[in-house]
Amino acid sequence: MSDTTQNGPVLAADGTPLKRSLAKALRLQKLRALMLIAPLLLFILVTFILPVGDMLFRSVDNRIVQEVLPKTVVALESWDPASSELPDEAVFAALAVDMKAAAELKVHTRVAKRLNYENPGMSSVFRKSGRKIRKWDVENDGPYKERLIELNEGWADLELWRTIKTYSGTRTAGYFLNAVDLKLGAEGVEIRPETERIYNTMLVRTMRMSLIITFSCIMLGYPVAWLLANLPTRKANLLMILVLLPFWTSLLVRTSSWKILLQQQGVINDVLVWIGLVADDNRLVLINNELGTIIAMTHILLPFMILPMYSVMQTIQPTYLRAAKSLGATNWTAFWRVYFPQSVPGIGAGSILVFILAVGYYITPALVGGTKGTFISNLIAYHISTSGNWGLGAALGSILLAVVLLLYWVYDKIVGIDNVKLG
Amino acid sequence: MADASNNDAFVEFERVQKSYDGENLVVKDLNLFMPRGEFLTMLGPSGSGKTTCLMMLAGFETATHGDIRLGGTSINNIPPHKRGIGMVFQNYALFPHMTIAENLAFPLEVRKIGKSDREAKVKRALDMVEMGDFGGRRPSQLSGGQQQRIALARALVFEPELVLMDEPLGALDKQLREKMQFEITHLAHRLGITVVYVTHDQTEALTMSDRVAVFEDGRIQQLAPPDKLYEEPQNSFVAQFIGENNTLEGVVKEISNGVALVQLDGGELIDCKPINVTKPGERTRVSIRPERVEYNKERLTEGVHTLKAEVLEFIYMGDIFRTRLRVAGNDEFIIKTRNAPDQVRLKPGQQIEIGWLPEDCRALDA
Amino acid sequence: MKMTKLSALAMTTALIAPAAFAEDMANELTLVSWGGAYQDSQNKAYVEPYLAANEGVSAVWDESSAEAVAKLRAMNEAGNVTWDLVDVVASDAMRLCDEGLAAELDHDADLAAAPDGTPATEDFGDLLVSECFVPQIVYSTTFGYRTDLVGAEAPTSVCDIFDLAKFPGKRSLQKRPIDNMEWALYCDGVAKDEIYDVLGTDEGVTQALNKLDSIKDSVVWWSAGAETPQLLADGEVVMGSTYNGRLFSAIAEQNQPIGMLWDMQSFDLDGWIVPAGLPADRKARAMDFLKFATDTQRLADQAAYISYGPARASSAPLVGKHAVLGIEMAPHMPTDPANSGNVHTYDYEWWADNRDDLDAKFQAWLLQ
Repeated sequence: MSDTTQNGPVLAADGTPLKRSLAKALRLQKLRALMLIAPLLLFILVTFILPVGDMLFRSVDNRIVQEVLPKTVVALESWDPASSELPDEAVFAALAVDMKAAAELKVHTRVAKRLNYENPGMSSVFRKSGRKIRKWDVENDGPYKERLIELNEGWADLELWRTIKTYSGTRTAGYFLNAVDLKLGAEGVEIRPETERIYNTMLVRTMRMSLIITFSCIMLGYPVAWLLANLPTRKANLLMILVLLPFWTSLLVRTSSWKILLQQQGVINDVLVWIGLVADDNRLVLINNELGTIIAMTHILLPFMILPMYSVMQTIQPTYLRAAKSLGATNWTAFWRVYFPQSVPGIGAGSILVFILAVGYYITPALVGGTKGTFISNLIAYHISTSGNWGLGAALGSILLAVVLLLYWVYDKIVGIDNVKLG
Repeated sequence: MADASNNDAFVEFERVQKSYDGENLVVKDLNLFMPRGEFLTMLGPSGSGKTTCLMMLAGFETATHGDIRLGGTSINNIPPHKRGIGMVFQNYALFPHMTIAENLAFPLEVRKIGKSDREAKVKRALDMVEMGDFGGRRPSQLSGGQQQRIALARALVFEPELVLMDEPLGALDKQLREKMQFEITHLAHRLGITVVYVTHDQTEALTMSDRVAVFEDGRIQQLAPPDKLYEEPQNSFVAQFIGENNTLEGVVKEISNGVALVQLDGGELIDCKPINVTKPGERTRVSIRPERVEYNKERLTEGVHTLKAEVLEFIYMGDIFRTRLRVAGNDEFIIKTRNAPDQVRLKPGQQIEIGWLPEDCRALDA
Repeated sequence: MKMTKLSALAMTTALIAPAAFAEDMANELTLVSWGGAYQDSQNKAYVEPYLAANEGVSAVWDESSAEAVAKLRAMNEAGNVTWDLVDVVASDAMRLCDEGLAAELDHDADLAAAPDGTPATEDFGDLLVSECFVPQIVYSTTFGYRTDLVGAEAPTSVCDIFDLAKFPGKRSLQKRPIDNMEWALYCDGVAKDEIYDVLGTDEGVTQALNKLDSIKDSVVWWSAGAETPQLLADGEVVMGSTYNGRLFSAIAEQNQPIGMLWDMQSFDLDGWIVPAGLPADRKARAMDFLKFATDTQRLADQAAYISYGPARASSAPLVGKHAVLGIEMAPHMPTDPANSGNVHTYDYEWWADNRDDLDAKFQAWLLQ
């Protein structure tokens, strides 16, 4: 068929180009395949892509300032934030109108909350003033500059006006800057005061502790996976049940049991005191610190390390070790040079799994980590459910996502992602 | 070589027994002496104990009883990596995460051989198996035959005096296998190494070995050079196992002048060479190779007993003809004849008479 | 005869009237509270009686009061408020009111007057801290200590919390700035009536945090009221702050070796809010329940189950004995004169205005 036309497109028997003919033949197949995965695709879209997209959107969304203070934002356009003069009467008048409208709808607290993230202290100025401006007659009661400053001297603070001006756009980098301990000042990006710097520390701590947890899981999981892969089936199955047992217990139950075990009057300390290793008045602090989080999370995540390791080790034939020994390698060399490198894909898969899970964990650190052993995800949870600063929570979440993707990329460069086997 | 004395023995098994469960012996009282430079094949069906013997020699299994010596010293308590024995595995066991050159360099590295020396040896070994250009590839990029060569080169690169091969050609197709059989023997003889080769393929055993040890039921049934093994099997198991074989059963009538007169169960009389029979009245199983059966009356020796036979099937196989006969109630009696210009092609249903030289018919144990 | 007929008619009308009203009310009521002993006391004192008096009405509990503000914000954003009455602390009520998430109430019209006719606004008095809020109880956040672990001399002052030399060991404090910041300043020498003025300045915040820094390594932070009693029972801490009712049940009901330290206890209020924007039928049912549940007798009844003081002045004389233990409840109330010698007056409005700032600073301090 194809040798009829030497240079033109290859034609099928009926004269249509072969490529089109092939595409036609495959279309139905592709369509059917697409239908099969459609429910999953839809599920992922609704439960994963959309929430992540929404999170990314929230982390830069700043419409609230324009929505609540529309006139003020417009009036402030002519004011130079670098000047040492307060904005003029027109701006204050616009603010009074905006505030009255907002206070009646009770939305002034929202903009107060938003601006307070960037300049702590602004919330109380807005809240206090809002309560009183509600009763004003904004048509006639002038001059507003004096009246407002009289109402709350916070309005005479240049920094407050700079903050409003800086954050008057509908999009903001403020949340992201905040998430890395920076802020947008009048002269561009600046470092936050020392008392407000926590997120970098937390991010580094989260990464460091997740690495320690991953490493502990490797050290503890490797021998177990090896046993699983090399024991006779019956014993291996029993061991497998022991490995999986934690999966069948609620996470909260497991974490709470660690509390009972690790606390100062807990089982472990009691035993150590009873043996005489530790003095009764000098009991070990094993909980409400980093150690507590590391111990409990290593235990909880261990199966996620063992299972991929096991499935990889199962495929490593024992003849490799024999071959290495027959070639003159000692047991250790045979293991280290021949067995271990072949088990690396399992370690890689387990590590990625454990690390990513660890980075996002928050129940366990919240319960056993005290203040020193909590993760950045605890701060995200705090901002989502307690402080209500969803924008910052979303920015922190996005950064976490970015860091994980970055690490994934680095891992791919160093180890190679095709060297990861889940089974 | 078969009766090499203990003193020159390079590899010795003395009264070796092996049991895995403490109830059954997998290897029963094995005695084997191998001189330096010999190519010995352990042949037998699976479960006959041949691989266990090899693993004991390599050090991966320990003998339950008895002594295994290498060059005169007992190696029972020497770990495998100190035995200095090269080994080729059934599935090659090339390390998948290393290149071919790294695989070959591995035994040299663990022996702390310097880099330049190492590279020279690796190159020589690769050239030896004609794989000089493949050093940078990974095992998975090679074909089965190529991997086999590399496995061989790796087992030889550190110049061991003894090389063990555990069914190394099992995974190759027929043509490649035959080629490799030739290459391995050629190489072994050129390098003067001692080889213990395990296989269940009798052709392989016959074509490659100086001597073949036929294993069955944990014992060596016969240890002999291939030609003797084929032509002079010591018992009916060996006769059955090695090559194609026709058997007829009967009772010894008399033995005289080294010829046994055997009366088959159907009453017919034949002349055989007594091997495992000593006196009249003993039951015996006689064994005749298909290619030693003659049906051309002109070629039969005067006076020998002949048997009547009916042709059941004629198969044209190119170089030979294979004819199935019914002889003395046995429907599976096979004869093979060369495809020569003057050769008669038998037809099914034809009645013929067959015979053989008494020395080609061996009266074995029943 | 005529008279009888008339009075009969009047009686019939009186009987029919509530029924007629009931038709405009939803039959299901979703109540949000704190769970535990406190929710039980509410259930026994007025939810069960209310359901008994109103056939066909059912109540569903949601134990989400701790996250009420965040959840109401989320519900409001989603446009689907599923709660009818939410039990929150006063400061949360004020925040919700400020943000328009709680409905404003007319206390005199919506609530029952005292038995002697005193209008609700007078009966509740100063405790009506927000237009959206109906207080039920006065509770206090105060300290408990392990009588067997503190040594020979029991703590007598709130400042003993900050005295690691005299009382070594761990102490538990609530993971929030409220109360902790005030106690820190008070124990750092700030006069009681100047606390909020000082705390209103950056230097004051730093001063308070510095004081807290001195015990930071010995603090176990709690976020649920049940934690301190548990930590005390386990011997994990020697002293800690929590709600007085929790300590009462640990001491009186469970006989734990725990003592009460009433010094500088911080009064707070807990009460109902009605979420803003409820459909008319649900709102009517919520208001009907609210009127019943906050009358003088109901609030006094609640005190028989838990040691929190009723928010109505008229309820106080009616407080009797513990429903199960049979002990007098009055001496265990935070409002009892013996317990309220030196109290900390918690400024709701100040906290409503400054909560966002201080939360951020406290959280940062906590993690540093």
